[in-house]
Amino acid sequence: MSRHFMDRLARYVVFVTATLSFLILLAIAVFIVKEGAPTFEKVGVLDFLTGGVWRPGQGQYGILAMIAGSAAVTAGSLLLAIPLGIACAILLAEVAPSGVRRFLRPAVELLVGIPSVVYGLVGLVLLVPAVRHIGGNGFSVLAASIVLMAMVLPTVISISEDSIRAVPVAYKEGALALGATHWQTIWRVILPAARSGIGASIVLGMGRAVGETMAMIMVIGNSIVFPKSPLDPARTLTGNIAVEISYATGIHEDALFATGIVLFLFIVLLNSIAVVTLKRGTHAQSLA
Amino acid sequence: MRRVSPRTTQALAMVYVWGGGIITVLILVVVIGYVLVQGAPGLSLDFLLTAPQGGLSGEGGISTVIVSTIYLVAVTVAMLLPIGLGAAIYLAEYAADNRLTRVIRYGVETLAGVPSIIFGLFGFALFVTALHLNFSILSGALTLVCLLLPTMIRTCEEAMKAVPYGYREAALALGATRWQMTSRVLLPAALPGIVTAIILCVGRAIEETACLYVTLGGSAAMPTSLLSGGRTLSLHVFYLAMETNAFEKAMATGAVLIITIIAINTLTNWLSYRFQRRMRGAV
Repeated sequence: MSRHFMDRLARYVVFVTATLSFLILLAIAVFIVKEGAPTFEKVGVLDFLTGGVWRPGQGQYGILAMIAGSAAVTAGSLLLAIPLGIACAILLAEVAPSGVRRFLRPAVELLVGIPSVVYGLVGLVLLVPAVRHIGGNGFSVLAASIVLMAMVLPTVISISEDSIRAVPVAYKEGALALGATHWQTIWRVILPAARSGIGASIVLGMGRAVGETMAMIMVIGNSIVFPKSPLDPARTLTGNIAVEISYATGIHEDALFATGIVLFLFIVLLNSIAVVTLKRGTHAQSLA
Repeated sequence: MRRVSPRTTQALAMVYVWGGGIITVLILVVVIGYVLVQGAPGLSLDFLLTAPQGGLSGEGGISTVIVSTIYLVAVTVAMLLPIGLGAAIYLAEYAADNRLTRVIRYGVETLAGVPSIIFGLFGFALFVTALHLNFSILSGALTLVCLLLPTMIRTCEEAMKAVPYGYREAALALGATRWQMTSRVLLPAALPGIVTAIILCVGRAIEETACLYVTLGGSAAMPTSLLSGGRTLSLHVFYLAMETNAFEKAMATGAVLIITIIAINTLTNWLSYRFQRRMRGAV
């Protein structure tokens, strides 16, 4: 075989492997839609999305309670993770001496590496009893939000830090030269310039929060009810799929795939928003 | 109203910023410390080498679980490496800046954000049900390949891009074809970076639970073939905590998991640090 033949062959082979990611994405969409679509015909899209009752035994399939559950823990975790994550990002990018940074950055990376079941386990043993002291049975939106906060935090920190670092030094020098304090420079000049990246970090964190499954099952109680207070148990969309898929059959199984469609569309939407905001941010900065 | 002096604001702001850093480290210390301290009494060579007995107290050790985990990870990497590396080579060396490349990159980026449980649903529908692979190591591994592909592609692509441009020019100037340049010059130079990518993916495979919960089956028996079911360390923690309430054993397994993850993290950091330094020195 001539080396030029090998060269052409290699080009085709690596091209095919490169297209696989897109094909898998397409296959996921096709499979989930194919399996889940019958639900929309039988139950109706509106009844499925806005129905408050999920009783597969009696043919009632409404996922509104699970949407509320996912929304509650996502909002709760972001409420905790955003102020904390931005503080940590400012510390890493602007304030900390290099010794602290060398220690803190691997710590943040390790937070990503801890398996979600370990977060769930610690939440189950430490947080759930602690919440029980405040009220309720402990398995709650509050416990789930705190666990989820720890899992979303690294995403918010690392992407916010990158975008703060990407702000041109001239901005900072200009503000400092005008007599602004370091904090005034950070608050009035650097953070506004980095806002699209910080926004993207929040959106990506939201994606992580909505998608988390195992840790949520372990601490949220999984009852199919509307959570009315942070101390109430709930069930997330992801938890609904994981808990029931192994024994579901027929339309029940279809309905779980339909839950997957809702989840998939939402995540793709969030990621697209994040990608667009990040691109716009770097574009604006390169013009400066 | 008196304005707060900028210096006071600055001091308060520093309290906020450092407070954020300290809380973040505390979270890490509490999670890791708690599992290690609670798990340590249950850890022994015996625990690692005996099979789980089942039952409500979760008696026995985790030997079969360790074997299942290694088996699953090995099968996953064997499939993941050629595909991920090929795609990385295409994106780093061949791809032109056109619409097709943008579609490919969109695929990688979007796939990276899809939650684990959606991969699980997909794996359940395609591998477990449609292809009749049932709940098995193979179903789990194929699902993991889909999930880890974006990570593998990105890290391998970074490894390729870290190789100085001079290497390519020198090889092409000597009359090498593009593939000769890639296979004999770039890949050997990028090898430490590729090894880092593999270890990173091994770590992520060990951490993963949701997509395996619905494709691997959860059998605690010793796997005998690609088609036998199994459970990974992460899944074992879940089953112990949720189905048998064997918290001591769950903590001990969690401790094994955390020690493994810390070792893998340290190894990847060290490898990539050495790789970066070598590539910078080579220019």
